[in-house]
Amino acid sequence: MLSIRNLEAGIDGKPILRGLSLEIGKGEVHAIMGPNGSGKSTLAHILAGRDGYEITGGEVIYEGRNLLEMPTEERAREGVFLAFQYPVEIPGVSNIYLLKAALNAVRKHRGEGELDAMDFLKLVKDRMNLVEMDEQFLYRPVNEGFSGGEKKRNEILQMAVLQPKLGILDETDSGLDIDALRVVANGVNALRGPERSLMLVTHYQRLLDYIVPDYVHVLAGGRIVKSGDRGLALELESRGYGWIEEELREGA
Amino acid sequence: MSAVMEPGEHYRVDFERLCGDLPGARTPWVRRRREAALARFAERGFPTTRDEAWKYTDPGVIARRAFAPAPAAAPVPAPEALEPFRIKGLDCHRLVFLDGRLAPDLSDVGALPPGVVAGGLARTLEEAPDSVEDRLGRYAGDEDNGFAALNTAFLTDGVHLHLPPGAVLDRPVHVLHLSTGAGDGTVVHPRNLVVAGAGSRAVLIETYAGLHEAACLTNVQTEVLLGEGARVEHYKLQQEGDKAFHIADTGVYLPARARYRSHVIDAGGRLVRNEIRVRLDGAGSECVLNGLYLLGARQHVDNHTVIDHLAPEGTSREYYKGVLEGHSRSVFSGKVIVHPGARYTDALQANHNLLLSENAEADIRPQLEIYADDVKCAHGATVGRLDPDALYYLKSRAIDEDAARSLLIYAFANDVLDRLPLEPVRAYLERTLTARLLHGRKVEELI
Repeated sequence: MLSIRNLEAGIDGKPILRGLSLEIGKGEVHAIMGPNGSGKSTLAHILAGRDGYEITGGEVIYEGRNLLEMPTEERAREGVFLAFQYPVEIPGVSNIYLLKAALNAVRKHRGEGELDAMDFLKLVKDRMNLVEMDEQFLYRPVNEGFSGGEKKRNEILQMAVLQPKLGILDETDSGLDIDALRVVANGVNALRGPERSLMLVTHYQRLLDYIVPDYVHVLAGGRIVKSGDRGLALELESRGYGWIEEELREGA
Repeated sequence: MSAVMEPGEHYRVDFERLCGDLPGARTPWVRRRREAALARFAERGFPTTRDEAWKYTDPGVIARRAFAPAPAAAPVPAPEALEPFRIKGLDCHRLVFLDGRLAPDLSDVGALPPGVVAGGLARTLEEAPDSVEDRLGRYAGDEDNGFAALNTAFLTDGVHLHLPPGAVLDRPVHVLHLSTGAGDGTVVHPRNLVVAGAGSRAVLIETYAGLHEAACLTNVQTEVLLGEGARVEHYKLQQEGDKAFHIADTGVYLPARARYRSHVIDAGGRLVRNEIRVRLDGAGSECVLNGLYLLGARQHVDNHTVIDHLAPEGTSREYYKGVLEGHSRSVFSGKVIVHPGARYTDALQANHNLLLSENAEADIRPQLEIYADDVKCAHGATVGRLDPDALYYLKSRAIDEDAARSLLIYAFANDVLDRLPLEPVRAYLERTLTARLLHGRKVEELI
């Protein structure tokens, strides 16, 4: 459902992704691991449609369409969802307002009618249970004054409400204590299914103890340099990233 | 008319012609004050940008033009013309002024508590001038401001609200000042006097609006005198026509424990100035000045506030926000003076501006002068644009660019409306302003 082929991209003339290729099939969970600065977050934001990146080569095909030509909101409507590493605070816009606007935009795009207020609230409350969020968060401004853990739960709540086809989780584990990590992971696991693919972008293996991936890839120097199964993540945890960089140098 | 007349000289000619018919003409003190004010105006003229207080707002466009007094008999508009300015769901005492004169047929004051006056100041000057002799002009700006002096010279009518000590007005007073816009180049000089006795309470809502697109001038002056422990909530909704000039000066006097809260909303007008001067002259008095301006095209709005803390334990809060599009320009000047002896003063001031166009400009001038000990004074000011991260975040949640922008603008402005205690006014503004601000776009669909 997602096919990234030789993607080259950078920012301000500085190359970050240098020929990245990756195939994600329907219902699969892929973990993208790599050292800091390897381009993991850049990849996540390019897929979600952040402005400011220069695409200098390659292509991204999502469900048979050229993803990079689609406006940001259209990607979201077509089922791409990015859970931000640093969710943005939006003073004056309440959480419920955002959820409603987002869900209605998606439903409209799918040719479904808007949910009435009662059904909407029922759906949202049901999804809030999934990430153990209190109802009061609905009426607070988006992410404003939320703790790190609350922000990450809020991201997963949005994902649970929007039911994307491709969920990209950018460092969702960063800044979470073990309890919050468990809650977030339970929420994500509940969203796994044959119709939904996930890309977990993470520096640490820890998250993968809770959300077990089908495939693990190592991103270094702007390319996928190694792919494997969960065992690769465990190896990275015990040996660090240094050996991969060495292997790369030897291979060069 | 002589071709060699000095600029402003025609005001003297008009005065000579009209003064016999102005309200209170038979009362010597009224006449003396008018003449003194006219002399003051002749001496000072209109302010210029060389005056520190008018540095960013050039009244030259008004000074150069010979505004003629609006005709006494304004054309009476059809009742539906007033509809857009009615505040739905607001149970109120209603006064309507047409081109500066009370229109009794359009007004509906209803029953008032004993001793309370809510009517036209012209009538008071005709029928009971002694009742306001020691109040009218006490906190006027005539001395420093040519516009205010001109207002006193020509004052025709305006709201006179009087509350005896302890009186509580349950229903707000809504005053609609309407320019019928018979033609370009007319001027009205509304004069409002609010006297709230000790412990009294009232809510005053003023709407200034124009029925037509005319380059007319509204030169208004308002005095608000509170007694000890009195509370006055004052809303001003400025919705003048796009070519209108609106110059307003408000003087407020607060003795011990009195509380004055002002909410100034600017949506209309070509050149607008709202000057508010507050004297906190008794211990424990409190003032809140809130404001919101939503500007586009070539609108220029200047909010000029001066707060004098003269007594201990006074509190002042200022919170102004503005959204600017097109070539519009805003000025916010906030002067806070903590005089010797005004110990334990607590003053906060904030002004935040959202610029939606490269050509819009917001000028901010906070001025804090502190001559007392043990005071808390702070100010914050920002001029910014829509947050690109917030826009991206919203778009990544399936919301299109247009709606995302609308949502962020709405949220920015709504922050001020959320501070309005009176729900019908808040709802009215949300409806009218949101439509104006967002060009009737998508936020309505999202709500």
